[in-house]
Amino acid sequence: MIANPGNQPEVRIGFYVCHCGHNIAGVVDCPAVAAYVAGLPGVVLSRDYKYMCSDPGQELLQQDVREHRLNRVIVASCSPLLHEHTFRQATAAAGLNPFLCHMVNLREHAAWVHTDRHAATEKAKALARAAVRRVTWHRALEVKRAPIHPQVLIVGGGIAGIHAALVLAEAGKEVFLVEREPSIGGHMARFDKTFPTLDCAACILTPKMSAVGTHPRITLWTYSEVTKVEGYVGNFTVTVTRKPRYVHEDRCTGCQECVAHCVYKEAKFRDEFNEGLGKRKPIYIPFPQATPQVTLIDPLVCLNFKKGVLTNRCKQTCVEACGDRQAIDFQQQEEYLQIKVGTILVTTGFQTFDVRRMPQYGYGTFPNVYTALEVERLVNASGPTGGEVLLRDGRRPGAIGIVHCVGSRDKKTNRWCSRVCCMYSLKLAHLLKEHSGAEVYNFYIDLRTPGKGYEEFYDKLNTEGVHFIRGRVGEVTDWAVTPEEEGKLVIRVEDTLAGFVRRIPVDMVVLSTGLEPRHDAQAVRRMFNMSCGTEGFFLERHPKLAPVSTFTDGVFIAGCCQGPRDIPDTVAQAGAAAAEALALIDRGYVEQEPNTAHVLDDCSGCKSCLPLCPYAAITIDPVSRKAVINEALCKGCGTCVASCPSGSIGQHLFEDDELLNEIAGVLAE
Amino acid sequence: MTARTEPPAGSSGWTPRIVAFFCNWCTYTAADLAGVSRLKHEPNARVIRLMCSGRVDPQFVLEAFAHGADGVLIGGCHPGDCHYAEGNYKMLRRFRLLQRTLRQLGIEESRIRLEWISAAEGEKVKAVVNDMVHQLTVLGPLNLPGRFREWDGELEPSTPSAAQEESIHAS
Repeated sequence: MIANPGNQPEVRIGFYVCHCGHNIAGVVDCPAVAAYVAGLPGVVLSRDYKYMCSDPGQELLQQDVREHRLNRVIVASCSPLLHEHTFRQATAAAGLNPFLCHMVNLREHAAWVHTDRHAATEKAKALARAAVRRVTWHRALEVKRAPIHPQVLIVGGGIAGIHAALVLAEAGKEVFLVEREPSIGGHMARFDKTFPTLDCAACILTPKMSAVGTHPRITLWTYSEVTKVEGYVGNFTVTVTRKPRYVHEDRCTGCQECVAHCVYKEAKFRDEFNEGLGKRKPIYIPFPQATPQVTLIDPLVCLNFKKGVLTNRCKQTCVEACGDRQAIDFQQQEEYLQIKVGTILVTTGFQTFDVRRMPQYGYGTFPNVYTALEVERLVNASGPTGGEVLLRDGRRPGAIGIVHCVGSRDKKTNRWCSRVCCMYSLKLAHLLKEHSGAEVYNFYIDLRTPGKGYEEFYDKLNTEGVHFIRGRVGEVTDWAVTPEEEGKLVIRVEDTLAGFVRRIPVDMVVLSTGLEPRHDAQAVRRMFNMSCGTEGFFLERHPKLAPVSTFTDGVFIAGCCQGPRDIPDTVAQAGAAAAEALALIDRGYVEQEPNTAHVLDDCSGCKSCLPLCPYAAITIDPVSRKAVINEALCKGCGTCVASCPSGSIGQHLFEDDELLNEIAGVLAE
Repeated sequence: MTARTEPPAGSSGWTPRIVAFFCNWCTYTAADLAGVSRLKHEPNARVIRLMCSGRVDPQFVLEAFAHGADGVLIGGCHPGDCHYAEGNYKMLRRFRLLQRTLRQLGIEESRIRLEWISAAEGEKVKAVVNDMVHQLTVLGPLNLPGRFREWDGELEPSTPSAAQEESIHAS
């Protein structure tokens, strides 16, 4: 046994092994572990208990500390990432420094992953032994507090970002809302109606959008992107890049005289908002309710530019039309703004599945195959057809097929269920029938309608004469085999309820595309130091108990960037993220884990640690010629500690003594 | 849950012992995820949590072998994903050096392994641990403490008792 640290009073360890009900005790022999640890040097008390995290469990710990004059506490239970805070607090409540408590992970790392009771118990003993040796070397540490900037950054102006911004601003906080597109609103602004209530998306979203636009405490930066994030919880420095819209936001009144007077008399360029079903001019407002109500110029098609480079070859009739307001400025450049914020909400949303990845459904080959988002625009009163369901050749469809689960629940593309497609397909079925009177067929694998009023909506559809055929569609083809199929699109599907393959001729096919992470989710994740799940959606800190927190303190997530969800859930989550941010801000400070590095007396001033620190926290003191670590900058990775050639850097909570004893402990027989 | 109470019958009793240094943000979280997902794997790896794989001092690895580890596994975030920007790269540099050192010491290179495992890759924790246990089982025990005793015995003809030796090496 490695000698006890000489400079400390007698070490008195209390050891607790938690049964966690049946979770740990079902595989690990907890009484045997407790009995084994009782015989280890320094251990005064060793107990097994059913639920250490319960109130009586914590009370037991505190009572023991006082009665048995314990000065070290070990709790062998679940992951420290889950309950370290709990047991540190209990230790502190007993009058002991919280950092004299240590945890052993017996649940996630032993009981839940092993089936062999003997091996799992032996492993538990080894981990406990290591903890006993380690905790002997623990020292009392002080928590440092750092102030929090009360400003909040919200990245992404969809319904999640909009809702969170309003909650925070109403609570008196200053909010910066950054949106990549020229207008906020996100996907919701493009929907026609929302399920199951069928209230119009624009009617419920627009008031919130304009509230964001006019709120005195919300700084709205559209057509902008976050390009750099530095710092830590409470104190982030964020760089926002504002793309030039060639129109001054503060001068433009949204009168659209410039649009009317553009040298292009006809709108002829792809309208992104309408999924390319409509056309727009080079100078435009994305959609009637756009916030801010400011036009912008697309330099890729504007005649005053050539391939995005200013040439001034156009007559500039738009500038003339704008007149004295002088809102149009072709000289506008990209702008970089730096802000200080304390917390960040990431609400960057999703993208829809690219249906070209499933060529068997004929999207791009047959003009009358549509994605669901295109149909949303098609049935919308402000859409390209004014709400009339017209095919690309101007005909009215007599029969429409809606193909569910395109890019969802499919091992070849995306494995997950996108959660909203069943419901929006039912909604589109209703709307298409209402607008066109066509026969509507739904091709589904399973209909998933969990949610308030959702099943009732499905029941309603059943009474409206919409057809439901159970089976994954094999292909969409124009190869007619009977006279009725001539000139139609034929949906081939195995009807798994009837038990045979059917051919359904239709005029229009709607592909219910699934939701997937945005194409640049990985880059965004890196920028904010978050993690992604295997599918690419941002990873929450805990799937149940910390669903809007991330592994980076002060960064929260809400909405579909975390996983597919519908509007009510997104809004609820955005509210939750806002509340988490508020709780942090209103406390006024953050407590920093005292795991920073510190220089010992033996430092020879060799400077080999200097270039290793990613935060430039190490400098050389000109007088003593020794390294000095700025504790405010140090984040506690320990890279310098491991690299010091003379072993002259220590790291609180991860000292060499502590770790070497832990290593010896797991291996001792 | 079915659980056996005795060691598996027919085994010689020896199974490899692995010390695993996992970074707090990615690999330790992935090991937790393996637990939450109940991904059963071999019980041979004992995890030591560090804030970053950059904290892994080569001495830790050598100490682990000296104390009887048959293998050492180091887990960090994928390149570019380090919570501390680049600690995993610093570990990678040290790892290359360690591999050479170990080779010169006559320790097989496959006894030390560096893996990038993200917080979402519980499956990978399971696969890596199982694979490493399999490899080490084929290699057999390293038994450095035993070898130390042997070598010391060669130096001193009058061998002291094994118990005394143990205390010398453990201190």
